[in-house]
Amino acid sequence: MSKLKLIIKREFLAKVKNKSFIILTILSPMLMVGLMMLIIFLNDKNSEKIKTIAFVDESTLLASAFIDEETTKYIDLTALGLQEAKLKTAAFYNGLVYIPKNNNLQNLSKGIRYYSADMPSIHVVDNIESILEKKISDLKIAKLLVDVEKIKAAETTVEIDAENFSGVKSSKMGSILRMIAGGGFGYLIFMFIIIYGTSVMRSVIEEKTSRIIEVIISSVKPFQLMLGKILGNALAGILQFVIWMILAGLLLFIITAVFSVDTAGSESAIGQINPEMIRQVNESATSNLQLILQEIKNLPILTMCFSFIFYFLGGYLIYSSIYAAIGAAVDSETDTQQFMMPVLMPLVIAIYVGFSVIENPHGPIALGFSLFPLTSPIVMLMRIPFGVPWWQIAVSMFLLIISFIGIVWFAAKIYRVGILMYGKKPSYKELYKWLKY
Amino acid sequence: MENVLTVDGVCKNYGKFTALNNVSLSVPKGSVFGLLGPNGAGKTSLIRIINQITLPDSGFVLLDGEPLQKHHIQNIGYLPEERGLYKSMKVGEQALYLAQLKGMSYADAKKKLKYWFEKFGISDWWNKKIQELSKGMAQKVQFIVTVMHNPKLLIFDEPFSGFDPVNANLIKDEILQLRDEGATIIFSTHRMESVEELCDYIALIDKSNKILDGKLIEIKQQFKTNRFEVGVSCANEQALLTEIKTNFIAEKVKPVAYNENLRLLVNLKKEETSKHLIKFLNNKAQITHFTEVIPSVNDIFLKAVANNE
Repeated sequence: MSKLKLIIKREFLAKVKNKSFIILTILSPMLMVGLMMLIIFLNDKNSEKIKTIAFVDESTLLASAFIDEETTKYIDLTALGLQEAKLKTAAFYNGLVYIPKNNNLQNLSKGIRYYSADMPSIHVVDNIESILEKKISDLKIAKLLVDVEKIKAAETTVEIDAENFSGVKSSKMGSILRMIAGGGFGYLIFMFIIIYGTSVMRSVIEEKTSRIIEVIISSVKPFQLMLGKILGNALAGILQFVIWMILAGLLLFIITAVFSVDTAGSESAIGQINPEMIRQVNESATSNLQLILQEIKNLPILTMCFSFIFYFLGGYLIYSSIYAAIGAAVDSETDTQQFMMPVLMPLVIAIYVGFSVIENPHGPIALGFSLFPLTSPIVMLMRIPFGVPWWQIAVSMFLLIISFIGIVWFAAKIYRVGILMYGKKPSYKELYKWLKY
Repeated sequence: MENVLTVDGVCKNYGKFTALNNVSLSVPKGSVFGLLGPNGAGKTSLIRIINQITLPDSGFVLLDGEPLQKHHIQNIGYLPEERGLYKSMKVGEQALYLAQLKGMSYADAKKKLKYWFEKFGISDWWNKKIQELSKGMAQKVQFIVTVMHNPKLLIFDEPFSGFDPVNANLIKDEILQLRDEGATIIFSTHRMESVEELCDYIALIDKSNKILDGKLIEIKQQFKTNRFEVGVSCANEQALLTEIKTNFIAEKVKPVAYNENLRLLVNLKKEETSKHLIKFLNNKAQITHFTEVIPSVNDIFLKAVANNE
């Protein structure tokens, strides 16, 4: 077996056999799912609690609008008068709607108040507003001697199905999904680069502090060792990614099979969509779920997975070789800070830019940052679900490969000198000198 | 005699700092070669060049008459001064890995390791992690890892550090046995008594330059100062002492043997030999002790370095 293979194997096993790797790989998706379930569950519990809202309608025109709903009951306290009603509400109910005496239909909407012990949620106020708006409009229409039912029959909802020129349908829901997918993948790469980059750095520092480094490089070239270490860790990262994707696929399958209706309902409850839509969604829960599944199928999943692996490898190779050089330059992890900042900076910028990019995936900023090799792994990956012209991907990949070669060369030089230097923390000036040794 | 290793005109600079300046050495086959020098003299730089960890700026190194190449790595066993093992890796697994990096096949490595582990009586450590072993135990593993691929040339940098006297002796015997089996040993240490005991040849490096090298006996010849230690028994030691001091440069030291009452260190002039002294003393007293003072490696080291100032 070649020496590089031996090193890769050792590094891979050292990483994969580690307990924290196993825990992170198996447990964290479960934790994620568990957390999501918990949120959905709590959300359900929260909205299941029945609220009782009292009202005092001095105008006597709007009382009929308050019809009990699944989660909200309405109680007419008009007979008690405002002062009494307030006291009673404070003692027994969640809130009180006060509609002042008013004979003029035009002014009816003015002066309506909502009293409650604590700040009401926007949700509650929105709901009451929409109930009253509807009733008042109905009253106004009735006054015009027009049949309300006929008007209702004339109302139309329009849902536009967007479709691109090659025939791929998209919708608002699709865009949201794309944002989630792009953002998720971009963030995943960010996490992977940091986690695996630091792991390479730690492993280099470990070899330095345990003083095995000189034993090893009397058998292999420092570059071989560095490359083997980086590739071994990359394989562990890919393994983790594949496991996560398989788990995600399984979970998606189970969720669609078992909890189909529930999930669809709660998912739209998580999104900030107005109550009107919730009702709609609940009515058409099944068809909505199909829509989501359809949208997921519409995502360029294969392209996304392959580009994830490519950009992960490219970005990771660049950053981890820098991390390896840092690890070689210092004696302990506490000394790494001064070098970490400039490394983390482009990554963090990429994440921030990336999240604005998913709102405008084809703008000049998006293009620029998805070509620049230090940010492209994250930003391009966030753009890919929205469809990126192939030449942009090609240029971005080309630049990534070129700079990867350059940076690895540069890092290897520092690494080669650094691993044999003990005892002092080098300055940037010294690092520059090492390049010329 | 055939040389296993020839270093010729090697220079190495780190930026403006010169680590080695035109250093040449020859290490004869089957010898124990002491590579000596103060801290920071350039020994480690030289050893790293021999191990192909770094390349010389100029000059060359021959191993068995061939310029150093990649495959020579498996002919060299190197125990660095800064040494260690992966702490969380199991002993056996780790030794196998390092053996394979040296170019051994898995099966060979396993067989060889079994032999050494049994020889050192440490077979039951195979599945232990290094962090569970004491420092001395880990050093034993490290020694095995260094020698298990049967290299022609072994380089030991402070091999005895971390060992108790019993184990240091064990390692010393192993080193000598390896030499008897045909290996050549380069031995770098600051413990002069072990140089005295083990080395046939030495080279002394100071401030990036080789200032001395050759057969240890010959170097001792070179450094002897015509100094003799004598013990006598006489009636009036005070009178004798005065008399000796008028004829020779001498200093009195504490008598050692029960039958003597005067012990002296006498420095003879260049043209004088021991005969002069014996003759002189024989007439005046009974000689109980007479030896030439041979400089120790320690003395040679100090003197050579002082001369190089």
